[in-house]
Amino acid sequence: MLTIKNLHASIEGNEILKGINLEVQKGEIHAIMGPNGSGKSTLASVLAGRNLFEVTEGEILYNGKNLMEMAPEERAREGIFLGFQYPVEIPGVSMMNFLKTAINEQRKHRGQEEMKSSDFLKMMREKKDLVEIDSNLTNRSVNEGFSGGEKKRNEIFQMAMLDPKLSILDETDSGLDIDALKIVAHGVNQLKSPDNATIVITHYQRLLNYIIPDKVHVLYDGKIVKSGGKQLALELEDKGYEWLSKEAAK
Amino acid sequence: MSIDAKSIDLKDRFGDFFYRNLERLRDGLPEYINNKREGAIQNFQKYGIPNKKVEAYKYTDLKPAFEKEYRTYIEPKKIDFDLNDIFRCDVPELDTHVVLLLNGWFYETKTPQKKLPNGLIITSLREAANRYPDIVEKHYNRYADSETESLTALNTAFAQDGVFIYVPKGKTMDKPVQIINLLMDEEDGMSQHRNLFVMEEETHAQVIVCDHTLSQKNFLTNSVTEVYAGQNARMDFVRIQNEHNGSTQLSNFYLNQERDSRVTANTISLHGGLIRNNYNLRLNGENCENNTLGLYLTDRGQHIDSYVHMDHAYPHCRSNQLFKGVLDDYATGAFNGRILVRQDAQKTEAYQANNNILLTDDARMNSKPQLEIYADDVKCSHGGTSGQLNEEAMFYLRSRGIPLKEAQLLLMYAFAHEIIGQIHIKPLQDRIHELIEKRLRGELSRCNYCQMHCGDAGKN
Amino acid sequence: MAKEQDKILQKYTQNEYKYGWVTDVESDTLPKGLNEDIIRMISKKKNEPQFLLDFRLKAFRHWKEMKMPNWAHLEIPEIDYQDMVYYSAPRQKAGPKDMDDVDPELKKTFDRLGIPIDEQKRLAGVAVDAVMDSSSVKTTFKEKLAELGIIFCSFSEAVQNHPDLVREYMGSVVPYTDNYFAALNSAVFSDGSFCYIPKGVRTPMELSTYFRINAANTGQFERTLIIAEDDSYVSYLEGCTAPIRDENQLHAAIVEIVAKDNAHVKYSTVQNWYPGNKDGKGGIYNFVTKRGKAQGRNSKISWTQVETGSAITWKYPSVILMGDNSVGEFYSVAVTNNHQQADTGTKMIHIGKNTRSTIISKGISAGYSNNSYRGLVKITKNAENSRNFSQCDSMLMGDRCGAHTFPYIETENRSSIVEHEATTSKIGEDQIFYCNQRGIEEEDAIGLIVNGYAKEVLNKLPMEFAVEAQTLLQISLEGSVG
Repeated sequence: MLTIKNLHASIEGNEILKGINLEVQKGEIHAIMGPNGSGKSTLASVLAGRNLFEVTEGEILYNGKNLMEMAPEERAREGIFLGFQYPVEIPGVSMMNFLKTAINEQRKHRGQEEMKSSDFLKMMREKKDLVEIDSNLTNRSVNEGFSGGEKKRNEIFQMAMLDPKLSILDETDSGLDIDALKIVAHGVNQLKSPDNATIVITHYQRLLNYIIPDKVHVLYDGKIVKSGGKQLALELEDKGYEWLSKEAAK
Repeated sequence: MSIDAKSIDLKDRFGDFFYRNLERLRDGLPEYINNKREGAIQNFQKYGIPNKKVEAYKYTDLKPAFEKEYRTYIEPKKIDFDLNDIFRCDVPELDTHVVLLLNGWFYETKTPQKKLPNGLIITSLREAANRYPDIVEKHYNRYADSETESLTALNTAFAQDGVFIYVPKGKTMDKPVQIINLLMDEEDGMSQHRNLFVMEEETHAQVIVCDHTLSQKNFLTNSVTEVYAGQNARMDFVRIQNEHNGSTQLSNFYLNQERDSRVTANTISLHGGLIRNNYNLRLNGENCENNTLGLYLTDRGQHIDSYVHMDHAYPHCRSNQLFKGVLDDYATGAFNGRILVRQDAQKTEAYQANNNILLTDDARMNSKPQLEIYADDVKCSHGGTSGQLNEEAMFYLRSRGIPLKEAQLLLMYAFAHEIIGQIHIKPLQDRIHELIEKRLRGELSRCNYCQMHCGDAGKN
Repeated sequence: MAKEQDKILQKYTQNEYKYGWVTDVESDTLPKGLNEDIIRMISKKKNEPQFLLDFRLKAFRHWKEMKMPNWAHLEIPEIDYQDMVYYSAPRQKAGPKDMDDVDPELKKTFDRLGIPIDEQKRLAGVAVDAVMDSSSVKTTFKEKLAELGIIFCSFSEAVQNHPDLVREYMGSVVPYTDNYFAALNSAVFSDGSFCYIPKGVRTPMELSTYFRINAANTGQFERTLIIAEDDSYVSYLEGCTAPIRDENQLHAAIVEIVAKDNAHVKYSTVQNWYPGNKDGKGGIYNFVTKRGKAQGRNSKISWTQVETGSAITWKYPSVILMGDNSVGEFYSVAVTNNHQQADTGTKMIHIGKNTRSTIISKGISAGYSNNSYRGLVKITKNAENSRNFSQCDSMLMGDRCGAHTFPYIETENRSSIVEHEATTSKIGEDQIFYCNQRGIEEEDAIGLIVNGYAKEVLNKLPMEFAVEAQTLLQISLEGSVG
């Protein structure tokens, strides 16, 4: 589904990603771990098409298409979903209106008709339960005045609504207490299917107790220095990230 | 010596007086100060005394104050008295470097404190102008606008003395400098003193200014204070205005802040006839912080007008203005704030608020909080409220058995606290708390120990 | 990031004004210039009674003594009042009775503007007075409204058919001495709309006036007068467009509203005069005096405006709250782009007891434009227990524009409460990216954000206008996000 080859990216001349290689198949959950500043969030942003970052080398293929040539909204309509580390507040724009616009754009892209309001409302109700989101939240402006936990749950709620093929969850667990974390993880697990894939980006091993990854990658100084199964995450938990510097030096 | 009030237009009156006394005005001061006088008087004559048609003076009429006859202090008047007999600062535990201005002239007390260690200087502007010309010339009239501000121009034409404070690079003033402005005479008088405070890089100082009238005559003060806060300098400025009803206090404060500097200016207006405080604040480097606060408590026919012009010229600066007032009887007030955020001043945070409580139906408040913004990545907000004490809070207090009058006082006190809490000199803060409480109880129309009972003087 | 914003900005600032064409129609035009003879000619052409001519001449003599105001935050080039035409009307039979009498060119013009004046085609819910240059082309649904006693016609017709009403109310809210442009209008006004709602009548449909400037070198000076008797209700709409021309044209209008006991008048404007091109050439100078007198007890006057057009806008729809418990409202969205300038806001003068006013103003500045809110809230001594709440927000797009707020708050009694709040914000690149990531395009994202920002005001517009206004906002801002 996703193939990343020798990806280099920089911001304002500073190279952050220094040659990433990654292969994600349908039905898989990948976890990308690493210390702060290793390039995790950059990778997520580059995949979603944020033009803050300049890709200087390498390629990204998504279902056989060159992702680099697509605008962020095209990528979204092709099924790429980014769960933001810091979801953005958009005052005055209701969640309802926002999501309806997003979903109809996606449908238009697929050649489907606009969704009827009644169907849309029904779908909202169903998906809301999944992440136990307060029904009032959907009447409020996008992320405005939401608590940290509400914002993160709102991201998963949107993921459920948009039904993406490839979800990239950027530090979706940070700042969550254990109950909220369980809810978020439950949501992600429920949405898992043989047709879609998820990349979970996290700093902490904790989340991986609830979302079981098929593969774990360790990102360090812009490169994936180690890949393995879910036991790698436990290893990291034990040893911390320090030993990675030795690993990277090899 | 006095200015003839009648018949001639005010502009010409001051003009004539100026030219008749030019030699005396120039006497004893260096050329770099004197050569600004004639241009300044011409600028003043161009605009005259600002009237209500001038947007910035829409709510304050200065004409009646200027039309009175004043003796103009163009030379110090010999007054023989021991100051301690009639005036003593009654703030306990407040340890300061005290300097006095009597009718606008630096008053040499028996205990001179101008010889400070580390190159710090506190002296008269007159002396500084001659002894430290390099410093004074570099800053004098650099921040004040003698071109278009007619009151400032008038001061520049007439200024002869005032207070000079200098803090050299890296130094800290060990204790606050307290400037006491006294007005005392047997006849009506006018003062146009001029202060200059220069804070070099990495310095810290606190300045307290107290305004008092000690005799029951009419006084008009038109002062200019220029402050230069160098890089990373920190300055706290507190002013307590406590003059009688026959006084007119026009204060023109010009502040220039260099990068990383922090200045807090806090003006408490307890009493006065007509007060107009002009604050012209310029943030002239990145990462400056400015807090300008004011609290005014007016009653009877008093009038207070606060004018703030905050100029954000560089990015990443923060400014906050908060002016609060309680107006009683038929007192009137005005607030005129303007925040200007220039095009390059991205990431500015600027806030401005003016809150007022009117205690009677005869009190009046006019408020004009304005934003003028030319940069797009800024956080700015302003607000103004005018009204009475919160009814719900009043009811809550009364339902707990607190009598109406006491409940009112409690709430007014709480209202004022937001400003007083920002005074960084603790003993002074405590004292002002006390004064405010007394003032709100109507027990204070003068400083506590003063025998002048001047609160009753000069009723229009 | 800054670069990216600039790119978005540039992309969106290159939009075209949709209504910029000219109708080729024969006009009856007076020579350029302003003097008493011209005024007499206008009056004569309109067959006016003597009192109206006297009113015009008094206003003119007063105007000559006045100076152009300069307190607003505007740069207004010198206007040569002698180099302008004060009367130009499309030539057609006086007061066409039915559609067949209307010049087909004019019919086409209004069709093209989306304002069909053929009642058959018209949305059933709206009656229109279509005004081109100095005169009214056609008023629809007049007869149907007349059955309820509602008078809805052009100002000129009102002068002929209801001179007593005109005489009683004209100038009673905005006297000719009020300001420079009001005096000018009072001297030379040509047409406009007149509306009288009798006691107890709720107007069954929206009444509207559509103003179109067509002729070159011509000023448009219309006057609207709305009188709502006790217990009546009317919702009134106003729309306007003009052709693209290189020279500036002056539009100086007056709107007067009188609301009696329990009457409610809702006045909505979507102002889309030609704003000039992207370099600031051409465009309408829109200097308008709009004022309502809420003279009756419990009366209510609401102004809602969406201001997107004009090179310069100078306009402060106001309410004088005279009746006890009367209510005044002002909801405004003002958008300026390219080199446009707007200085707009309101005055709420509280005189009666327990009067209430609400001000919601949303300014959006883009390009090189300047957008100012200027408002006065005055609580007089007798206006006990009055309340005002004002919220004035500004949004900036790009770093070449300015957003300014100049509120004046004057309080003269203790029992009243006045609150003013204002904020300044911008559309962030991060907000747009967030929308992009959810599959929403830049343009739609901007529309979504701007409409969300202006929602409180747009919600106040009648349905037919709300959709149009939303689209208009998006179009006006094409070319301006940072």
